[in-house]
Amino acid sequence: MGAKYFGAAVKRREDPRYLRGEGRFVDDIKLPGMLHAAFVRSPHAHARITAIRTQAAGALPGVAHVYTFADLERWMKPLPLFGAIPPGLSARVAVTMKQLGQLALCRDEARYVGEIVAMVLGASRAVAEDGAELVEVDYEPLPVLADVVAAAQPDAPVLYPEWGDNIALSFKTGFGDAEAGLREAAVRVRERFTIPRYVGMPIETRGVVAQWDPRDGALTTWNGTQVVHFVQQGLVAALGLPPHKIRVIAPDVGGGFGTKANGYAEDLLIPAAAIASRRPVKWTEDRREHMMAAAHARAQVHDIEIGARRDGTMLAVRDRIWVDLGAYNSWGIVLPYNTVAHLLGPHRVPSLDVECRGVITTKTPNAPYRGAGRPETVFAMDRIVDCLARELGMDPADLRRRNYLTEADMPYELNIPYRDGNPLVYDSGDFRAGLEAALTAVDYPALRAEQARLREQGIHRGIGISGYVEGTAIGPYEGATVRLDPSGHAVVATGACCQGQGHETSFAQIAADALGIPLEWITVVGGDTAAIPFGVGTFASRSAVNAGSSIHEASGRVKDKIVAAAAALLEASPGDIEVSEGTVSVRGAPGSATPLATVIRAAVPTFAKPGVSDLDFEATVYHHQPTVTYTSAVHVAVVDVDTGTGSVALRRYLVAHDCGKVINPVIVEGQIHGGVAQGVGGGLLEEMVYDEQAQLLTGTFMDYLVPTAMELPDIETVHLEYPSPRNPLGVKGVGEGGAISPPAAIANAVEDALAPFGARVTRTPLGPSVVLGLLGKS
Amino acid sequence: MKPAPFEYAAPRTLDEAVGALASGGDAKVLAGGQSLVPMLALRLARPTLLVDINRLPGLDGIREASGMLEIGALVRQRALERWAASRSPLFADVLQHVAHPPIRNRGTVVGNVVHADPASELPALLLCLEGVVVARGPRGERMIPADRFYRAPLTTALGPDELATAVRFTLPPAGAGWGFAEVSRRHGDFALVGAVAVVTRGGDGTLDRVRLAFFGAAGTPVRGTAGEQALAGQAPTAARIGEAARAAAAALSPDGDIHATATYRRHVAATLAERTLTAALGRCGAAR
Amino acid sequence: MTHPIRVTVNGQEYARAVEPRQTLADFLRDDLDLTGTHVGCEHGVCGACTILLGGEPVRSCLMLAVQADAQSITTIEGVSPADGGLHPIQEAFWAKHGLQCGYCTPGIVMSVCAFLRERPQPTREEIREMLAGHLCRCTGYHFIVEAIEAAAQALAPPPPRTP
Repeated sequence: MGAKYFGAAVKRREDPRYLRGEGRFVDDIKLPGMLHAAFVRSPHAHARITAIRTQAAGALPGVAHVYTFADLERWMKPLPLFGAIPPGLSARVAVTMKQLGQLALCRDEARYVGEIVAMVLGASRAVAEDGAELVEVDYEPLPVLADVVAAAQPDAPVLYPEWGDNIALSFKTGFGDAEAGLREAAVRVRERFTIPRYVGMPIETRGVVAQWDPRDGALTTWNGTQVVHFVQQGLVAALGLPPHKIRVIAPDVGGGFGTKANGYAEDLLIPAAAIASRRPVKWTEDRREHMMAAAHARAQVHDIEIGARRDGTMLAVRDRIWVDLGAYNSWGIVLPYNTVAHLLGPHRVPSLDVECRGVITTKTPNAPYRGAGRPETVFAMDRIVDCLARELGMDPADLRRRNYLTEADMPYELNIPYRDGNPLVYDSGDFRAGLEAALTAVDYPALRAEQARLREQGIHRGIGISGYVEGTAIGPYEGATVRLDPSGHAVVATGACCQGQGHETSFAQIAADALGIPLEWITVVGGDTAAIPFGVGTFASRSAVNAGSSIHEASGRVKDKIVAAAAALLEASPGDIEVSEGTVSVRGAPGSATPLATVIRAAVPTFAKPGVSDLDFEATVYHHQPTVTYTSAVHVAVVDVDTGTGSVALRRYLVAHDCGKVINPVIVEGQIHGGVAQGVGGGLLEEMVYDEQAQLLTGTFMDYLVPTAMELPDIETVHLEYPSPRNPLGVKGVGEGGAISPPAAIANAVEDALAPFGARVTRTPLGPSVVLGLLGKS
Repeated sequence: MKPAPFEYAAPRTLDEAVGALASGGDAKVLAGGQSLVPMLALRLARPTLLVDINRLPGLDGIREASGMLEIGALVRQRALERWAASRSPLFADVLQHVAHPPIRNRGTVVGNVVHADPASELPALLLCLEGVVVARGPRGERMIPADRFYRAPLTTALGPDELATAVRFTLPPAGAGWGFAEVSRRHGDFALVGAVAVVTRGGDGTLDRVRLAFFGAAGTPVRGTAGEQALAGQAPTAARIGEAARAAAAALSPDGDIHATATYRRHVAATLAERTLTAALGRCGAAR
Repeated sequence: MTHPIRVTVNGQEYARAVEPRQTLADFLRDDLDLTGTHVGCEHGVCGACTILLGGEPVRSCLMLAVQADAQSITTIEGVSPADGGLHPIQEAFWAKHGLQCGYCTPGIVMSVCAFLRERPQPTREEIREMLAGHLCRCTGYHFIVEAIEAAAQALAPPPPRTP
């Protein structure tokens, strides 16, 4: 296989249409006769619904239909649940878990502000909103659960009476003897850390368009989702149609980050409305809805303790974790176990004892968002490591040097399983080398020297380090169909879905190399259930590995078919056939160059004879990926803290990372930059705030603060490469990593800056008021 | 987030505009729309009639005369920013803190002043510079001084049938120094708290006039009179400035919200008062 | 009740009747089928809806369509050459990977068109300050800053030939 394109910084092929404003996002889709949906959403965090009156709404000119649960009852199957416990995991960890599928419309109880109570269809979105205001709902407020730790207490009001408590998931696991390790330790530190609720917040909100075709008995739905096949499966269950009669298309999607990888009520309600009303229906989420109804994330409390020898060698970690799930446990084992599996990260720690509880609260349901448990766990670990360093009087870099695993330790097994039930074995990487690379690139000694100089001038500079190890590219599979058209151009259809990661380019790079045709001859089709029948989707940094491997293998098989046909046509041995840039030739036979189209045409039967080979230049491969492959990185943040106002300025941010072999280095860098920016938001600015009545106080972009270009510096990156042994391309996932470490690195930096004042950072975001609070002035 | 329905009028004379405002029902003035339209979208504002004043003649002037700067109701923030670039560093600095250029291209100075968001910069500047709002209503024109203009958050002395046609700032005298500072969580955001100060020095080096105003520290912009009085006629030492700043801030009763506690706002108000008074002093020339 | 407007968009005049509460953003997208202008928040913060009004960037979600009467508007469709190619600013964004999902991109390009006219040789700090009026969740802004620098260089007049 030639590797002309793999590793090259190819300009993205999807860009011209985006730059020209010619993308097709869900809200760009217009169908004749389309109705627009608006939802009546619960203003209460918990309430019984005793009556809904829709007459006034239905009578408003321009309103076509008003639907409540009763109107759509035949389609109201519970929404999909995720995160079932794989057998390999349940065999080793005793997990108690309760899941209840959410109904797309509230039947008689609303469980968070924003849950859907009724749907209005109108001639325009504006009229539909007018109609929604006229729907009268009788609510009886019920007790709310606003705080995750309080909700876990035995005396808390119980949201699901049949459960007996609000603990939707609970398990303990570990290895070694943490109690002994802590007892033996010369130094122990313990702290409680709170990671707030913060979210993906893509610039494009969610949207669904649905059209029912009575002639075909088929539904087509456009949905800005990351998981077209999951959405299809949910619709199959609810609508009672076979999969091939339900086409789910994710067109251009304006950012996903996990927020768009869920089983949402609207995914079902809009198709149901299209069928019930016999009209195409569009719903475009507005930003206020998005704040309350799109999945939330993070929101954990860690009570963590670490013990070490006097020389800094870590002996044991114990962590008690509460995960705030919101009102529905839709994601099962995923977030809690991700959190546990990634806690120790790059550190060598012989004993671990963790206890994790996923707790129900009357808030927007929690779901995976870029990092999915890893940012939270890294925050707890890197913060307690810095606390330990302080206690030991060691530089935090030196403490990490002493305890980070190296390449010589690989493969390194932790004696707990990974979330997929397979052994948790770090397959590749050198975490200490990553640390050294980061510290060298940032010139750590010079930073410390400058910090000391600035301190004498009253300028409070801080340096913070955070490192992670990330299991990426969770399986179990993804697929690709690669097929040539008569001209030799290729269509690569995959179950992966794109929201800006550059699939149309990077996947084409893989296919072009494996097929031997020019990059421009390849069209990548993702996010369409009609293009490939089985798929998983794009989240968890999985598509380069899973889809990429399928594309590589399927392309290789098509190349074999080209070679077989060419060998027959050119009367040569298959081993002597070369395919390059769309031209086929026989090695050592100048003048044998033949266009690929000619080879294909020769396979077409004629009246005179059959084709030179089967007329088949297509292959489908579903790559099986039983378990993850591990990336790692070390982040360094440099901040200045204004102790007069509490403002934190992020001066420098550096990432030294390993993501294995790289398909397109510029795309990789862009992913790191974007992840870091979201992480910085989590560290300094972003929080979904609820009050004691579980009312959401952050309702617009005036309150939920997404970082701008002024809050971020240039992002420096250092690349290391430890190829993955777990897939044919040697690649690892890189979509999420950038978002994992920033809150920890920034928190460590702020505490470092305020060391002369003895400040203790236990939560983010570190806004000015919080920072002055650390100094006792807020 | 689509607005509730409303009627729309785009009068071409001031009398028509005032007549439309007085016509009964709930009418609101639409100038730049940068504050009003989001409220319409969120359905927090539900006027029955929007009176678009963008066609009214004669309201887009920036006029400097007799120590006053008069700004007509249709002067965009960006237009004043460009005017100020070579004429008033104080106005230029303040305006650059108002949102972002696309907002300033459309938003008006007068609109921002009468919208009366407690965390806005321009109302505090108006108060600091002892300006007036020129209002036209069915009974004619009146001048409302800044210290009687602001009543409560988003609430002013302007009647429902009155249109603000201009604001007038008293320009700082020759030799005056100014200082402006705010804390916001991001560049361009509403301030958590802010301060603006203008001082003049007498020939003997003592402070002649001290004007200090806070924003984001109460339901309206607020003068730091305790601080002003502590410094007037005094020789300005660092210690006196610090005390005056603290005295000014101590009189504040800010609110807490999800972005900052009340204690934070009061504490940082003092810090910013100190910084702006110090900066103003540094920019001061002695009066002749 | 609708109001008649005559508005010039990308050099073409349109006569339409609009409901007062319809924003300019929705008018461009729904009535004129110019869907390159995107809506991200409807309260003026994200900047995705930014267009040029008389050559100056404004939030089309904060203008009512009825206010566009007798105005001249440029959208992203008006920046792109008619032959399917790219404007130098668009080329620079392409070359520097200054976009990922593309949703915030048209609004940024419109602001950059005006910004580089006013500031042909901006510093990185000035670029970041201008960019602060646009939210992007994908790129972290780093490559967007580089794209704008590259665009400035591409648009700069060639240096005078030294004899």
